[in-house]
Amino acid sequence: MKHTAYKLFWAWEFEKEEKWLNEMSAKGFQLVAVGPFRYVFDDTIKGEYEYRLELLDNFPSSSKSVDYIRFLEETGVEHVGSMLRWAYFRKKASEGKFELYSDIDSKIKYYKRFILLFLGISPLMIVNVINSFIAYSNYKLSINLIFGLLSLAIAGLIARGIFEINQKIQQLKKEKLIRE
Amino acid sequence: MGDNRDNMVLTEAVYYILLSLWQPLHGYGIMQNVMALSEGRVNLAAGTLYGAINTMLEKGLIRSVESDESSRKKEYLITQYGKDAIRNELERLKELIKNGENIIGGLEE
Repeated sequence: MKHTAYKLFWAWEFEKEEKWLNEMSAKGFQLVAVGPFRYVFDDTIKGEYEYRLELLDNFPSSSKSVDYIRFLEETGVEHVGSMLRWAYFRKKASEGKFELYSDIDSKIKYYKRFILLFLGISPLMIVNVINSFIAYSNYKLSINLIFGLLSLAIAGLIARGIFEINQKIQQLKKEKLIRE
Repeated sequence: MGDNRDNMVLTEAVYYILLSLWQPLHGYGIMQNVMALSEGRVNLAAGTLYGAINTMLEKGLIRSVESDESSRKKEYLITQYGKDAIRNELERLKELIKNGENIIGGLEE
């Protein structure tokens, strides 16, 4: 039987999201499809799959991502679905531990993708905030104020995302000083 | 390039991938081979392997080989440059072992 759940995770909470998906798997609910804030689970054996999600370098339909996903599939990984640049993967737990990145270097490189993404969208948010407040001071329309505050809130969340991911990177860099 | 080559310290993953590619192998074959060589200790994650393969191709340590039409899987093989890098690494590792054994071996006496 299929079950649909709706849940919101921020971009930097991907580890929490992943943990949740694996907890669901342990309870016997295997993720089979994803949509905007939407997760579709199927009833199966408890803990049948281990789940990983990844922020891809490119959109899933790009040739680079297609090449990468095919490579993963050749190693026994299933591509459950994608949301924007996020891809959801799973592997049978019986085939051993499933990780996408196994050394510090590749983990750091992976986390840097987030920083680039966040930095990429932040100018847009800042421009939005400034434009909205200028418009509000000129026309006193509350829609401008609301839009401005909303953009400000998103800009704040992006800043927090950069901060959190950067902390992870710094932690890994410290580790890297003494081991591979 | 010469200096760079002499001082290159390989990561454990790259070292084992290069050793595996003395024969042509595809991605999954490399993972299994590394696992077997290290007796289950080194479990290369697929994303890490994918990134390593692309970087090693760029640097010319390995190259992709034409496989028959029936198989879509890409196979890779070590290059002469890759073989040189492995030999240098082996020398470096010998030095590490020699120094380690000299000092620790002496202390345990």
